[in-house]
Amino acid sequence: MADNDSHRKLRIHALRYNPAKAGDTPRIQTYELEEAPGMTLFIALSEIREKQDPSLQFDFVCRAGICGSCGMMINGRPGLACRTVTKDLEADISLAPLPVFELIGDLSVNSGKWMRGMSEKLETWVHAQEKAIDLKRIEEPMDPALAEAVYELDRCIECGCCVASCGTARMRQDFVGAVGLNKIARFRLDPRDKRADADFYELVGDDNGVFGCMSLLACHDVCPKNLPLQTQIAFLRRKMVVQGTQG
Amino acid sequence: MDSTPNVIAGVGLADRPRKSRWPARMDLAQSLTGLALGLFMWGHMFFVSSILLGKDAMWTITKFFEGYFILGTAYPGIVSVVVATVFALVIVHAFLAMRKFPANYQQYRTFMGHRKLMAHEDTTLWWVQALTGFLLFFLAAVHLYQMMMHPGDIGPYQSGERIWSGGWGPLYIVMLLAVEFHGGIGLYRLAVKWGWFEGKDANASRKRLKTLKWVLTAFFLALGVATFVAYAKIGYQIRDQKGAVYTPSWVVPNPMEKAK
Repeated sequence: MADNDSHRKLRIHALRYNPAKAGDTPRIQTYELEEAPGMTLFIALSEIREKQDPSLQFDFVCRAGICGSCGMMINGRPGLACRTVTKDLEADISLAPLPVFELIGDLSVNSGKWMRGMSEKLETWVHAQEKAIDLKRIEEPMDPALAEAVYELDRCIECGCCVASCGTARMRQDFVGAVGLNKIARFRLDPRDKRADADFYELVGDDNGVFGCMSLLACHDVCPKNLPLQTQIAFLRRKMVVQGTQG
Repeated sequence: MDSTPNVIAGVGLADRPRKSRWPARMDLAQSLTGLALGLFMWGHMFFVSSILLGKDAMWTITKFFEGYFILGTAYPGIVSVVVATVFALVIVHAFLAMRKFPANYQQYRTFMGHRKLMAHEDTTLWWVQALTGFLLFFLAAVHLYQMMMHPGDIGPYQSGERIWSGGWGPLYIVMLLAVEFHGGIGLYRLAVKWGWFEGKDANASRKRLKTLKWVLTAFFLALGVATFVAYAKIGYQIRDQKGAVYTPSWVVPNPMEKAK
């Protein structure tokens, strides 16, 4: 069976559309290719672009699930092309660009633009209040368990899968998504960040932030890095409600 | 008159320098009213289904809530007060939950397309919850107003008559389905939203909660249908006795006669 499977004919149905081209309309184009052992969608797409259609647009950089560029809708759900092995899928595979983000063309979206906007809005960097910058100063030690917990949330690669899977983000453009809420949870944990819950409330204490989340949990279910989004958003919600009901 | 706050809020700058606390309060209130209503509906179903144990059991529950066993006289007005409270909770909950609905056709179309493409259970369940919630605006309002105004019309015969001869059957059946789906999904969502019963393994406990949710929904639907049939049967049996009131033979003195 394994041998037969590795020689399957794959039919990749990719959404083609170039918004920059006048008169272009979204359509599905089917590419056929032979499955190879260990083939990922990234390998399949590269082969299509190399041998069949150089005009097919899609993004990738690292090929290893670290850069977050190759997020796309795979059979209707967001995922990373480089981390999706074709043998786990049916022979007919549908691919489409991630919604919400600005479409560059075909399967390629500008998720970086959205992520930058979110980061600036939520100020996702350590807010330290040092009197003077001293480059020779030794960094304060951090408890290894805490460092581990911060790192756990820092594994986010900003691929945009959580945003594309989110019913709220789809309906309401300004919602910061699980990626944004996870970042707030991450900096809240970081002892180097001197912001208090009152400060975080200013960033996510509204319907574009944590109170916009309707707990559909698609973000949690599709996250390619298996981040504990359900737990983090619930935690942040509790903290922000405490902050919001203390007057 | 100082109009400064109105001017600042009027041009959308009320959140500077400090964000409003209302989103937090509304989020909490939506969950708390939902929790109260969800638990109330469980209790309600058990009380209503007492008819399955017989007319005397249902009569006893009814008179208990009218204060008969404590005050010695039945006061249906007590039920009106409870109904009014539930009505108020429903209104507050509906007002708050409405914020989450698609607000225009574009949002509606986007969500529907998203739901179909994703085929993700919790996303679909949210849609079921929103839809049943919308239905309950009307169904619950009709039922609650009637109960608030005629609290004395609850009893084995009166409730049966309402279903068989009074034209309330269709409303009750649709409402049963809407309430059980809406409440079951809502209570599950509350747990995952706030991280209740999460334990060490959030994925495993979510799976258990989901299973429990379906089991409870199936149980309450079955109980609801059985109860509906029981009342309909009584209503059929007394179809010629308009306005009949059931009183167990062992009740001495009969509270209804005392009222005369």
